[in-house]
Amino acid sequence: MDTNILFIFILAVFVGFEVISKVPSMLHTPLMSGTNAIHGIILFGGILVLADAATPLAQALGFVAVVFGSANVFGGFMVTDRMLQMFKKKK
Amino acid sequence: MSSTIALIIIGVAVLFILGIKLLSSPKTARTGNLIAAAGMLIALLILHNTHGEYVWSQGWSFNYTLIVIGTIVGLIIGAVGAYSVKMTSMPQMVALFNGLGGGAAALVASLEFIKGAKGVVIAGIALPVPEISTFIAASMLFATLIGSLSFSGSIIAYLKLEGKFEKPMTFPGQNILNGLILLVILGLCGWLTFNATNDHATAAFILLFSLALFFGVAMVMPIGGADMPVVISLLNSFTGLAVAADGFAINNLAMVVAGTLVGSSGTLLTLLMCKAMNRPVTNVLFGAFGSSGGSQAAAGGVAGTVKPIQADEVALLLTYAQRVVIVPGYGMAVAQAQHSVRELSDELGKRGVEVQFAIHPVAGRMPGHMNVLLAEANVPYDQLVEMEAINPSMDRVDVCLVIGANDVVNPAAREEKTSPIYGMPIIEADRCKTVIVMKRSMAAGFAGIENHLFYKDNTRMLFGDAKASLNALVAQVKAG
Repeated sequence: MDTNILFIFILAVFVGFEVISKVPSMLHTPLMSGTNAIHGIILFGGILVLADAATPLAQALGFVAVVFGSANVFGGFMVTDRMLQMFKKKK
Repeated sequence: MSSTIALIIIGVAVLFILGIKLLSSPKTARTGNLIAAAGMLIALLILHNTHGEYVWSQGWSFNYTLIVIGTIVGLIIGAVGAYSVKMTSMPQMVALFNGLGGGAAALVASLEFIKGAKGVVIAGIALPVPEISTFIAASMLFATLIGSLSFSGSIIAYLKLEGKFEKPMTFPGQNILNGLILLVILGLCGWLTFNATNDHATAAFILLFSLALFFGVAMVMPIGGADMPVVISLLNSFTGLAVAADGFAINNLAMVVAGTLVGSSGTLLTLLMCKAMNRPVTNVLFGAFGSSGGSQAAAGGVAGTVKPIQADEVALLLTYAQRVVIVPGYGMAVAQAQHSVRELSDELGKRGVEVQFAIHPVAGRMPGHMNVLLAEANVPYDQLVEMEAINPSMDRVDVCLVIGANDVVNPAAREEKTSPIYGMPIIEADRCKTVIVMKRSMAAGFAGIENHLFYKDNTRMLFGDAKASLNALVAQVKAG
């Protein structure tokens, strides 16, 4: 087992907690939406398993995973941007 | 993995952290989102597979065609969803995207697990079964369990926000049934962790997958529609953890970092949301059990009478006021009245009236819901004041205009110890000189309890659709 990766995991847990300690409530939804887009990185997982898929079933499931992951990551960032566009300051 | 690639991945991790950091301040939030997106794009372009080979230089094959088509299909679904959704339905969209991510995480883990357990047969030749350590098996099972739970739970949350079976759904013995299912799930996980190569592993795995899907439904069904934001935030952090576990399983550092960041920041965000409602997270998740009796009891003894008022009279009050505070709620969102509200506020501003918007942290169906709607209508955000900031000066407000808000201005939260919302911080509208409540009817709010504010001496009710009433007010103010 690679302990380096566990080490990084533990550090990331604490960084995740620290980084959003003070958030005004009006940003709760956009923040949730933004982090939702970041876990869209699961698209990579989909790409990697589909690349190695050897049976039609694995190809079909891998394909679904790629579609889901891709919708999560692209849709996630776009919907967050659309929400935040609304926070423009009036000149 | 070469050291250049490792350095780039560290850079990507920094971009994600910076992105989340900037997302927590209104001025920098949009930049933060773009920075995180840029990090994602870089990570995608340098993607390496488990064997340390660069993904995009592996010879072209059918699988790669599938990858490209799948990514484009997902991109189109995501873009159409993100740009066609109405501002009021944003929370649903987030729930849906989160569900898709959870589903993908579960599928990735499943495929890896089955491959690890059964070995791969290519062209009739069985490749040696790859070694699958206990730790890796446990990560895959965790990702499958949490990912599929997040998938089905998010779909239910989506449907609830769309207005399907909004009410909490409970039946006797539900806790026991859910507990039993959870026990079976954990038992299966435990067995599979150490018996991943057993002949029955695939069957047990499919059973685990189905039970996890069912458990996601069973977990969210008993929770009321008003608490869906908290549920979505929780499921969001679940998906993050599932993605991190997938990252362990396929040895992808970027996935571990990104998933973990989302998992921990999402957990904290969930707790912050609960804190804004002054409810412990356990109360939100399991509150539907046994609390249904209390709310009716509190509804009984309301003293005072409801006093209606007409639009022309309200317009007069507003134009002669020095300071007006507007409290928007879900009713404003439903009536799509944000533009009319802004028009009224501009008209009053022109006449020298000081207008502010008092924003309750959980007004609407999602924290920040009101901010987004008012910002859409071009209300400058320095005119939006948070609850804590505005409450101390409420005594000096001449007219408080409550537009489609209910529970967030209910003084029962302060006065009525038996009320289900007792202790929740509220906007103290009742302390203003005059309170005008715009409402369609006398129906109770989302929490299903009577609002004492409507019966106070200084309160007048302006019945009707919020948008129509506001337009009437604008016309009256302009004419006067």
